[in-house]
Amino acid sequence: MRALASALLLLATQATGAEYLPLPGGTFASVLPADAKDADVIVLPFRLRTEPVTNAEFLAFVNAHVEWRRDHVASVFAEARYLSHWQSADALGANALPAQPVIQVSWFAAQAYCESEHARLPTWSEWEFAAAADATRSDARKDPAWREQILSWYSRPSGTALANVGGPANFYGVRDVHGLIWEWVDDFNALLVASDSRDQNDPDRLKFCGAGALNLRDRENYAVLMRVAMLSSLKAADTTNNIGFRCAMPAEAPR
Amino acid sequence: MTRCNPISILFAMLVLFAGAHNAAAAELPGASVYRLDIALVDQDGHGFRLGERRAKPVLVSMFYTSCQFVCPLIIDSLRKTQAALARDGGAKIDVLLVSFDPQRDTPARLKQVFAERKLDASWTLARTDAASVRKLAAVLDIQYRALANGDLNHSSAITLLAGDGRILARTDKLGEVDAEFVDKARAAR
Repeated sequence: MRALASALLLLATQATGAEYLPLPGGTFASVLPADAKDADVIVLPFRLRTEPVTNAEFLAFVNAHVEWRRDHVASVFAEARYLSHWQSADALGANALPAQPVIQVSWFAAQAYCESEHARLPTWSEWEFAAAADATRSDARKDPAWREQILSWYSRPSGTALANVGGPANFYGVRDVHGLIWEWVDDFNALLVASDSRDQNDPDRLKFCGAGALNLRDRENYAVLMRVAMLSSLKAADTTNNIGFRCAMPAEAPR
Repeated sequence: MTRCNPISILFAMLVLFAGAHNAAAAELPGASVYRLDIALVDQDGHGFRLGERRAKPVLVSMFYTSCQFVCPLIIDSLRKTQAALARDGGAKIDVLLVSFDPQRDTPARLKQVFAERKLDASWTLARTDAASVRKLAAVLDIQYRALANGDLNHSSAITLLAGDGRILARTDKLGEVDAEFVDKARAAR
Protein backbone atom coordinates (compact mmCIF):
# COMPACT_ATOMS: atom_id res chain seq x y z
CA MET A 1 0.00 0.00 0.00
CA ARG A 2 2.79 2.35 0.99
CA ALA A 3 4.75 1.32 -2.11
CA LEU A 4 1.72 2.07 -4.26
CA ALA A 5 1.30 5.47 -2.64
CA SER A 6 4.91 6.41 -3.22
CA ALA A 7 4.72 5.13 -6.80
CA LEU A 8 1.70 7.38 -7.40
CA LEU A 9 3.49 10.32 -5.82
CA LEU A 10 6.46 9.68 -8.08
CA LEU A 11 4.21 9.72 -11.16
CA ALA A 12 2.50 12.91 -10.02
CA THR A 13 5.72 14.82 -9.45
CA GLN A 14 7.44 13.55 -12.58
CA ALA A 15 4.89 15.48 -14.61
CA THR A 16 6.54 18.72 -13.39
CA GLY A 17 10.04 17.37 -13.93
CA ALA A 18 11.28 17.36 -10.37
CA GLU A 19 10.74 14.66 -7.80
CA TYR A 20 9.68 15.57 -4.25
CA LEU A 21 9.48 12.93 -1.52
CA PRO A 22 7.64 13.16 1.80
CA LEU A 23 9.64 13.43 5.04
CA PRO A 24 7.82 12.83 8.33
CA GLY A 25 9.31 15.62 10.46
CA GLY A 26 8.93 15.45 14.23
CA THR A 27 10.75 16.61 17.32
CA PHE A 28 14.34 17.16 16.31
CA ALA A 29 17.55 18.00 18.16
CA SER A 30 18.80 20.79 15.92
CA VAL A 31 22.20 22.38 16.42
CA LEU A 32 20.18 25.62 16.58
CA PRO A 33 17.87 25.17 19.59
CA ALA A 34 14.30 26.45 19.29
CA ASP A 35 14.59 28.69 22.36
CA ALA A 36 18.19 29.76 21.62
CA LYS A 37 19.30 27.61 24.57
CA ASP A 38 18.60 23.89 24.41
CA ALA A 39 15.03 23.09 23.27
CA ASP A 40 14.33 20.70 20.40
CA VAL A 41 12.70 22.11 17.27
CA ILE A 42 9.46 20.75 15.86
CA VAL A 43 9.71 20.01 12.15
CA LEU A 44 6.31 19.70 10.46
CA PRO A 45 5.88 17.00 7.81
CA PHE A 46 7.16 18.33 4.47
CA ARG A 47 8.26 17.26 1.00
CA LEU A 48 11.80 17.72 -0.22
CA ARG A 49 13.18 17.79 -3.75
CA THR A 50 15.21 14.60 -4.00
CA GLU A 51 18.05 16.26 -5.93
CA PRO A 52 19.62 19.71 -6.08
CA VAL A 53 18.61 21.87 -9.06
CA THR A 54 20.86 21.27 -12.08
CA ASN A 55 22.38 23.68 -14.62
CA ALA A 56 19.96 22.37 -17.27
CA GLU A 57 16.96 23.00 -15.03
CA PHE A 58 18.16 26.47 -14.09
CA LEU A 59 18.82 27.31 -17.76
CA ALA A 60 15.22 26.39 -18.61
CA PHE A 61 14.11 28.62 -15.73
CA VAL A 62 16.07 31.70 -16.83
CA ASN A 63 14.88 31.20 -20.41
CA ALA A 64 11.28 31.25 -19.19
CA HIS A 65 11.85 34.06 -16.66
CA VAL A 66 14.26 36.41 -18.44
CA GLU A 67 14.48 38.77 -15.47
CA TRP A 68 16.70 36.08 -13.90
CA ARG A 69 19.16 35.89 -16.83
CA ARG A 70 22.58 37.10 -15.72
CA ASP A 71 22.43 39.98 -18.23
CA HIS A 72 18.99 41.10 -16.97
CA VAL A 73 19.01 40.44 -13.24
CA ALA A 74 18.74 43.40 -10.85
CA SER A 75 21.94 43.82 -8.84
CA VAL A 76 19.91 44.02 -5.62
CA PHE A 77 18.99 40.35 -6.20
CA ALA A 78 22.27 38.91 -7.51
CA GLU A 79 25.85 40.12 -7.47
CA ALA A 80 28.10 40.33 -10.55
CA ARG A 81 29.39 36.73 -10.25
CA TYR A 82 25.86 35.32 -10.64
CA LEU A 83 26.04 32.41 -13.16
CA SER A 84 29.43 33.73 -14.27
CA HIS A 85 30.68 30.18 -14.96
CA TRP A 86 28.12 29.76 -17.73
CA GLN A 87 29.36 30.35 -21.28
CA SER A 88 26.77 33.07 -21.85
CA ALA A 89 23.49 34.36 -20.45
CA ASP A 90 21.59 31.58 -22.26
CA ALA A 91 24.17 28.82 -22.81
CA LEU A 92 25.91 26.53 -20.31
CA GLY A 93 29.21 25.75 -22.07
CA ALA A 94 32.06 23.51 -20.94
CA ASN A 95 32.28 24.75 -17.35
CA ALA A 96 28.65 24.02 -16.54
CA LEU A 97 27.50 20.56 -17.57
CA PRO A 98 23.72 20.04 -17.77
CA ALA A 99 23.52 17.45 -14.98
CA GLN A 100 25.86 19.24 -12.58
CA PRO A 101 24.18 21.13 -9.75
CA VAL A 102 23.77 24.83 -10.49
CA ILE A 103 26.08 27.03 -8.38
CA GLN A 104 26.85 30.78 -8.36
CA VAL A 105 23.19 31.50 -7.62
CA SER A 106 21.93 34.04 -5.09
CA TRP A 107 19.31 33.35 -2.42
CA PHE A 108 16.82 35.50 -4.32
CA ALA A 109 17.38 33.56 -7.54
CA ALA A 110 17.08 30.23 -5.71
CA GLN A 111 13.86 31.38 -4.06
CA ALA A 112 12.44 32.51 -7.43
CA TYR A 113 13.34 29.16 -9.02
CA CYS A 114 11.55 27.27 -6.24
CA GLU A 115 8.48 29.48 -6.67
CA SER A 116 8.47 28.42 -10.35
CA GLU A 117 8.07 24.82 -9.11
CA HIS A 118 5.30 26.00 -6.75
CA ALA A 119 7.75 25.33 -3.95
CA ARG A 120 10.05 27.27 -1.64
CA LEU A 121 13.52 26.81 -0.22
CA PRO A 122 13.63 24.38 2.73
CA THR A 123 14.04 25.94 6.15
CA TRP A 124 17.29 25.28 7.98
CA SER A 125 15.48 22.84 10.30
CA GLU A 126 14.03 20.94 7.34
CA TRP A 127 17.42 20.74 5.62
CA GLU A 128 19.14 19.65 8.84
CA PHE A 129 16.41 17.03 9.45
CA ALA A 130 17.00 15.51 6.00
CA ALA A 131 20.78 15.77 6.44
CA ALA A 132 20.76 13.80 9.71
CA ALA A 133 20.01 10.57 7.80
CA ASP A 134 22.50 8.15 6.33
CA ALA A 135 21.59 5.34 3.93
CA THR A 136 19.83 3.19 6.54
CA ARG A 137 19.05 5.38 9.57
CA SER A 138 16.91 8.51 9.95
CA ASP A 139 19.41 9.98 12.42
CA ALA A 140 23.00 8.84 12.10
CA ARG A 141 24.51 11.93 13.69
CA LYS A 142 25.91 10.17 16.74
CA ASP A 143 27.90 7.73 14.63
CA PRO A 144 31.56 8.86 14.61
CA ALA A 145 32.30 6.96 11.39
CA TRP A 146 29.49 8.77 9.56
CA ARG A 147 30.63 12.15 10.86
CA GLU A 148 34.16 11.37 9.71
CA GLN A 149 32.91 10.49 6.24
CA ILE A 150 31.10 13.82 5.86
CA LEU A 151 34.02 15.80 7.21
CA SER A 152 36.34 14.17 4.70
CA TRP A 153 34.27 15.78 1.93
CA TYR A 154 34.77 19.25 3.39
CA SER A 155 38.53 18.72 3.45
CA ARG A 156 38.63 17.89 -0.25
CA PRO A 157 40.18 20.63 -2.43
CA SER A 158 37.49 22.81 -4.02
CA GLY A 159 39.25 23.03 -7.39
CA THR A 160 37.97 19.66 -8.59
CA ALA A 161 34.97 19.60 -10.95
CA LEU A 162 31.56 18.95 -9.41
CA ALA A 163 29.99 15.54 -9.95
CA ASN A 164 26.57 15.26 -11.56
CA VAL A 165 23.57 15.17 -9.24
CA GLY A 166 22.20 11.71 -8.45
CA GLY A 167 24.45 10.36 -5.73
CA PRO A 168 23.31 7.54 -3.43
CA ALA A 169 19.90 8.01 -1.77
CA ASN A 170 19.68 8.47 1.99
CA PHE A 171 17.11 6.87 4.31
CA TYR A 172 14.38 9.17 2.92
CA GLY A 173 15.34 8.75 -0.75
CA VAL A 174 16.97 12.18 -0.84
CA ARG A 175 20.29 12.51 -2.70
CA ASP A 176 23.40 14.70 -2.55
CA VAL A 177 22.64 16.28 0.84
CA HIS A 178 26.30 15.76 1.73
CA GLY A 179 29.32 15.50 -0.50
CA LEU A 180 28.37 17.66 -3.48
CA ILE A 181 27.49 21.30 -2.74
CA TRP A 182 26.41 23.69 0.01
CA GLU A 183 22.74 24.66 -0.16
CA TRP A 184 20.72 27.81 0.43
CA VAL A 185 17.92 27.60 2.98
CA ASP A 186 14.85 29.83 3.24
CA ASP A 187 15.85 31.28 6.60
CA PHE A 188 19.60 31.62 5.95
CA ASN A 189 19.31 35.05 7.61
CA ALA A 190 17.86 33.47 10.76
CA LEU A 191 21.06 31.73 11.80
CA LEU A 192 22.16 34.43 14.20
CA VAL A 193 25.40 33.28 15.63
CA ALA A 194 27.59 35.68 17.55
CA SER A 195 30.97 36.02 15.87
CA ASP A 196 32.48 35.50 19.30
CA SER A 197 30.57 33.13 21.57
CA ARG A 198 31.79 35.00 24.66
CA ASP A 199 29.39 37.77 23.64
CA GLN A 200 26.38 35.53 24.13
CA ASN A 201 23.74 36.89 26.49
CA ASP A 202 25.77 40.02 27.12
CA PRO A 203 23.10 42.65 27.84
CA ASP A 204 25.43 45.44 26.70
CA ARG A 205 25.69 43.92 23.29
CA LEU A 206 22.99 45.45 21.11
CA LYS A 207 23.69 43.65 17.88
CA PHE A 208 20.85 41.23 18.47
CA CYS A 209 17.50 42.18 19.92
CA GLY A 210 15.76 39.66 22.14
CA ALA A 211 17.47 36.86 23.96
CA GLY A 212 20.87 37.43 22.40
CA ALA A 213 22.65 35.29 19.89
CA LEU A 214 22.05 31.58 19.62
CA ASN A 215 23.72 28.95 21.65
CA LEU A 216 24.87 26.08 19.52
CA ARG A 217 24.20 22.53 20.59
CA ASP A 218 26.07 19.41 19.60
CA ARG A 219 29.34 21.24 19.07
CA GLU A 220 31.07 18.05 17.92
CA ASN A 221 28.94 18.06 14.77
CA TYR A 222 31.48 20.18 12.89
CA ALA A 223 30.11 19.39 9.44
CA VAL A 224 26.71 20.88 10.25
CA LEU A 225 28.18 23.78 12.23
CA MET A 226 30.33 24.69 9.22
CA ARG A 227 27.12 24.99 7.17
CA VAL A 228 25.60 27.30 9.77
CA ALA A 229 28.73 29.45 9.88
CA MET A 230 28.91 29.69 6.10
CA LEU A 231 25.21 30.47 5.58
CA SER A 232 25.15 33.07 8.35
CA SER A 233 28.07 34.88 6.71
CA LEU A 234 26.29 35.33 3.37
CA LYS A 235 24.10 38.12 2.08
CA ALA A 236 21.06 37.30 -0.03
CA ALA A 237 22.56 38.60 -3.28
CA ASP A 238 25.85 36.73 -2.78
CA THR A 239 26.85 33.80 -4.96
CA THR A 240 29.72 31.38 -4.43
CA ASN A 241 31.26 28.61 -6.50
CA ASN A 242 29.98 25.91 -4.17
CA ILE A 243 26.51 26.98 -3.10
CA GLY A 244 23.46 25.68 -4.95
CA PHE A 245 20.03 24.70 -3.67
CA ARG A 246 17.05 22.34 -3.68
CA CYS A 247 13.41 23.18 -2.96
CA ALA A 248 10.76 22.00 -0.50
CA MET A 249 6.97 21.97 -0.22
CA PRO A 250 4.47 21.48 2.58
CA ALA A 251 3.23 17.92 3.07
CA GLU A 252 0.29 16.93 0.89
CA ALA A 253 -3.06 17.32 2.61
CA PRO A 254 -4.35 13.91 3.78
CA ARG A 255 -7.11 12.55 1.54
CA MET B 1 -20.63 42.11 -35.01
CA THR B 2 -18.05 41.54 -32.30
CA ARG B 3 -19.29 40.33 -29.02
CA CYS B 4 -17.68 41.69 -25.92
CA ASN B 5 -16.27 38.81 -23.96
CA PRO B 6 -15.89 39.89 -20.35
CA ILE B 7 -13.09 37.38 -19.84
CA SER B 8 -11.04 38.82 -22.69
CA ILE B 9 -11.65 42.36 -21.46
CA LEU B 10 -10.46 41.31 -18.04
CA PHE B 11 -7.46 39.64 -19.63
CA ALA B 12 -6.63 42.76 -21.65
CA MET B 13 -6.86 44.85 -18.50
CA LEU B 14 -4.54 42.47 -16.71
CA VAL B 15 -2.03 42.64 -19.56
CA LEU B 16 -2.18 46.45 -19.52
CA PHE B 17 -1.78 46.50 -15.77
CA ALA B 18 1.16 44.10 -15.87
CA GLY B 19 2.73 46.18 -18.65
CA ALA B 20 2.43 49.40 -16.67
CA HIS B 21 3.87 47.68 -13.66
CA ASN B 22 6.88 46.39 -15.57
CA ALA B 23 7.50 49.82 -17.06
CA ALA B 24 7.67 51.25 -13.53
CA ALA B 25 10.13 48.54 -12.50
CA ALA B 26 12.26 49.18 -15.57
CA GLU B 27 12.85 52.80 -14.49
CA LEU B 28 14.34 51.66 -11.19
CA PRO B 29 18.10 51.16 -10.87
CA GLY B 30 19.21 47.52 -10.53
CA ALA B 31 20.39 48.20 -6.98
CA SER B 32 17.00 49.60 -5.92
CA VAL B 33 15.38 47.94 -2.90
CA TYR B 34 12.08 48.80 -4.62
CA ARG B 35 12.78 46.03 -7.14
CA LEU B 36 11.36 43.90 -4.34
CA ASP B 37 7.66 44.18 -5.06
CA ILE B 38 5.92 43.18 -1.83
CA ALA B 39 2.49 44.11 -0.47
CA LEU B 40 2.28 45.86 2.90
CA VAL B 41 -0.54 47.12 5.13
CA ASP B 42 -0.07 50.20 7.32
CA GLN B 43 -1.38 51.05 10.80
CA ASP B 44 -4.59 52.44 9.30
CA GLY B 45 -5.26 49.22 7.39
CA HIS B 46 -4.34 50.74 4.01
CA GLY B 47 -2.61 48.39 1.60
CA PHE B 48 0.40 49.63 -0.38
CA ARG B 49 3.34 48.20 -2.27
CA LEU B 50 6.93 48.75 -1.22
CA GLY B 51 8.17 51.59 -3.40
CA GLU B 52 4.70 52.85 -4.23
CA ARG B 53 5.24 55.95 -2.06
CA ARG B 54 8.66 56.56 -3.52
CA ALA B 55 10.19 59.82 -4.79
CA LYS B 56 11.31 61.04 -1.35
CA PRO B 57 14.15 59.53 0.70
CA VAL B 58 12.97 57.36 3.59
CA LEU B 59 14.46 55.72 6.68
CA VAL B 60 13.59 52.01 6.76
CA SER B 61 13.94 49.56 9.61
CA MET B 62 12.26 46.45 11.03
CA PHE B 63 10.85 45.71 14.51
CA TYR B 64 8.07 43.88 16.31
CA THR B 65 5.74 45.38 18.86
CA SER B 66 5.94 42.73 21.60
CA CYS B 67 9.73 43.09 21.84
CA GLN B 68 10.85 43.91 25.37
CA PHE B 69 14.51 44.60 24.79
CA VAL B 70 16.10 46.55 21.98
CA CYS B 71 13.05 47.38 19.85
CA PRO B 72 11.87 50.43 21.82
CA LEU B 73 15.36 51.76 21.16
CA ILE B 74 14.83 51.45 17.41
CA ILE B 75 11.95 53.92 17.54
CA ASP B 76 14.03 56.22 19.79
CA SER B 77 17.00 56.05 17.40
CA LEU B 78 14.82 56.77 14.37
CA ARG B 79 13.23 59.72 16.16
CA LYS B 80 16.63 61.17 17.12
CA THR B 81 17.90 60.69 13.58
CA GLN B 82 14.83 62.49 12.21
CA ALA B 83 15.43 65.37 14.65
CA ALA B 84 19.13 65.61 13.77
CA LEU B 85 18.23 65.76 10.08
CA ALA B 86 15.57 68.45 10.57
CA ARG B 87 17.87 70.65 12.67
CA ASP B 88 18.96 72.68 9.64
CA GLY B 89 15.36 73.58 8.89
CA GLY B 90 14.66 70.77 6.43
CA ALA B 91 11.39 68.89 6.36
CA LYS B 92 11.05 65.77 8.49
CA ILE B 93 12.24 62.64 6.69
CA ASP B 94 9.70 59.81 6.41
CA VAL B 95 10.12 56.57 8.35
CA LEU B 96 8.93 53.11 7.34
CA LEU B 97 9.06 50.50 10.10
CA VAL B 98 8.04 46.96 9.06
CA SER B 99 7.16 44.20 11.54
CA PHE B 100 8.96 40.84 11.68
CA ASP B 101 5.86 39.37 13.29
CA PRO B 102 2.87 39.27 10.91
CA GLN B 103 0.94 36.95 13.23
CA ARG B 104 0.68 39.30 16.17
CA ASP B 105 1.30 42.69 14.58
CA THR B 106 -2.11 43.38 13.08
CA PRO B 107 -2.89 46.90 11.81
CA ALA B 108 -4.83 47.46 15.07
CA ARG B 109 -1.77 46.54 17.14
CA LEU B 110 0.45 48.79 14.98
CA LYS B 111 -2.06 51.62 15.43
CA GLN B 112 -1.91 51.14 19.20
CA VAL B 113 1.91 51.44 19.24
CA PHE B 114 1.68 54.40 16.86
CA ALA B 115 -0.49 56.17 19.45
CA GLU B 116 1.48 55.00 22.50
CA ARG B 117 4.75 56.24 21.06
CA LYS B 118 3.08 59.49 19.88
CA LEU B 119 4.30 59.10 16.31
CA ASP B 120 3.33 61.67 13.68
CA ALA B 121 2.33 61.51 10.02
CA SER B 122 5.94 61.09 8.88
CA TRP B 123 5.82 57.53 10.30
CA THR B 124 4.41 54.39 8.70
CA LEU B 125 4.23 51.20 10.74
CA ALA B 126 3.53 48.27 8.45
CA ARG B 127 3.11 44.52 8.28
CA THR B 128 3.46 42.04 5.43
CA ASP B 129 3.24 38.23 4.98
CA ALA B 130 5.90 35.91 6.41
CA ALA B 131 7.61 35.19 3.06
CA SER B 132 7.85 38.91 2.29
CA VAL B 133 9.29 39.63 5.76
CA ARG B 134 12.08 37.19 4.94
CA LYS B 135 12.75 38.89 1.58
CA LEU B 136 12.66 42.43 2.97
CA ALA B 137 15.08 41.45 5.76
CA ALA B 138 17.28 39.89 3.08
CA VAL B 139 17.52 43.10 0.98
CA LEU B 140 18.10 45.18 4.12
CA ASP B 141 20.68 42.67 5.41
CA ILE B 142 18.84 42.16 8.70
CA GLN B 143 18.91 38.78 10.47
CA TYR B 144 15.98 37.50 12.53
CA ARG B 145 14.83 34.26 14.06
CA ALA B 146 11.54 33.34 15.72
CA LEU B 147 12.00 31.50 19.00
CA ALA B 148 9.73 28.84 20.48
CA ASN B 149 8.41 31.19 23.20
CA GLY B 150 7.19 33.79 20.69
CA ASP B 151 10.20 36.10 21.06
CA LEU B 152 12.31 37.00 18.07
CA ASN B 153 16.03 37.46 17.91
CA HIS B 154 17.06 40.01 15.36
CA SER B 155 19.84 42.31 14.31
CA SER B 156 18.96 45.97 13.99
CA ALA B 157 19.79 48.34 11.20
CA ILE B 158 18.47 51.64 9.94
CA THR B 159 18.74 52.03 6.19
CA LEU B 160 18.37 55.28 4.28
CA LEU B 161 16.79 54.75 0.87
CA ALA B 162 16.95 57.32 -1.92
CA GLY B 163 13.73 58.22 -3.72
CA ASP B 164 14.50 55.54 -6.29
CA GLY B 165 15.16 52.90 -3.62
CA ARG B 166 18.96 52.83 -3.71
CA ILE B 167 20.63 52.29 -0.33
CA LEU B 168 22.41 55.57 0.54
CA ALA B 169 23.50 54.79 4.08
CA ARG B 170 23.11 52.16 6.76
CA THR B 171 23.80 52.08 10.47
CA ASP B 172 23.45 49.50 13.22
CA LYS B 173 24.19 52.00 15.98
CA LEU B 174 21.25 52.14 18.35
CA GLY B 175 20.34 54.48 21.19
CA GLU B 176 22.46 57.35 19.93
CA VAL B 177 22.57 59.26 16.68
CA ASP B 178 25.16 57.95 14.22
CA ALA B 179 26.80 61.21 13.05
CA GLU B 180 28.29 59.66 9.93
CA PHE B 181 24.89 58.29 8.94
CA VAL B 182 23.26 61.69 9.47
CA ASP B 183 25.94 63.37 7.33
CA LYS B 184 25.26 60.95 4.50
CA ALA B 185 21.52 61.46 4.86
CA ARG B 186 21.97 65.27 4.77
CA ALA B 187 24.10 65.05 1.65
CA ALA B 188 21.40 62.99 -0.02
CA ARG B 189 18.58 65.48 0.51
